[in-house]
Amino acid sequence: MAKVLVVTSGKGGVGKTTSTAALGAALAQMGESVVVIDFDVGLRNLDLVMGAERRVVFDLINVVQGVAKLSQALIRDKRLENLWLLPASQTRDKDALTDEGIRGIIADLKTKFDWIICDSPAGIERGATLAMRYADEAVIVTNPEVSSVRDSDRIIGMLDSKTVRAEKGERVEKHVLITRYDSGRAARGEMLSIDDILEILATPLLGIIPESQDVLRASNVGSPVTLNNAASAPARAYIDAARRLMGETVTMMVPVERKGLMNRLLGRRAA
Amino acid sequence: MMNLLRILRGRNASAPVARERLQILLAHERGLRGQSDLLGLLRAEILAVVSRHVVLDPDKVIVRMDRGKNVSTLEVDIEVPNGFERSIAAAAI
Repeated sequence: MAKVLVVTSGKGGVGKTTSTAALGAALAQMGESVVVIDFDVGLRNLDLVMGAERRVVFDLINVVQGVAKLSQALIRDKRLENLWLLPASQTRDKDALTDEGIRGIIADLKTKFDWIICDSPAGIERGATLAMRYADEAVIVTNPEVSSVRDSDRIIGMLDSKTVRAEKGERVEKHVLITRYDSGRAARGEMLSIDDILEILATPLLGIIPESQDVLRASNVGSPVTLNNAASAPARAYIDAARRLMGETVTMMVPVERKGLMNRLLGRRAA
Repeated sequence: MMNLLRILRGRNASAPVARERLQILLAHERGLRGQSDLLGLLRAEILAVVSRHVVLDPDKVIVRMDRGKNVSTLEVDIEVPNGFERSIAAAAI
């Protein structure tokens, strides 16, 4: 049974695209067939984070408008044969994205893939509401920071009212994914703790992604962090989160950087 | 006791402040969420009723709710074009 998962947040810059790429790749590494869709019309970036920016010919809007077939717009990942990307267009005409068009594309993708992961744009406008419209599940990406938690709360309200499932009286299964978490700062009371965030949002936790240089390093080279360095702390956290999406019970913990003895003595980060 | 806790946690323990501010703010915003739909509904229905008798610019119909401690007020501001009585009179004939 195909699942439609939206990765959303309200606030920009919290790690939606990074998380979409990392979770998509992790699920594909587990043998699932996955398509990731970029809904950020005008400001596409998922192609860049996935390292497919030079292979984009057709995009989501071309398919909605019937200019291209779905099969022509889908880009297969170079590293994982069961991971695909449907890129956003760079046109400024956001109205080109229609509810009906998206419904058709998602229905079609559901016959071909196990997971359809929708990377939502920031904000609460059309792109964001369409990205969540047909979702069965939602990952709400949240930073331990007041404005991000507030926006997540707003998005949770929208998931409970503006999705097709909500309109039918069904539930969208929601999960909070906390990114850029620094356990040291949280322990010192400088950063909202996991418990604080979960209590405020009253939504179950999918995973805790530690703040790490590996995330930037992976996006620099155009590779999902779970593929670029699967042993790194953020990659292990994303892989655990993907296993939870698959229904496995995985003990919740914050993975830490593994440092070699010499690096530790010199106080350097592993390169 | 609080001072001791503060010393133990370090002076930079701003997270409890963040938590408290968020809890107050979100309690308020969640309360408003249902209401904004109510205002939209009221606006649409008022617009429909008045439009049966007067030609209106939909943008000139403003419905606002002010919540007070004991009493709340609902303010409906409708701008009508001059000479609208004549069109009513014409319609009555």
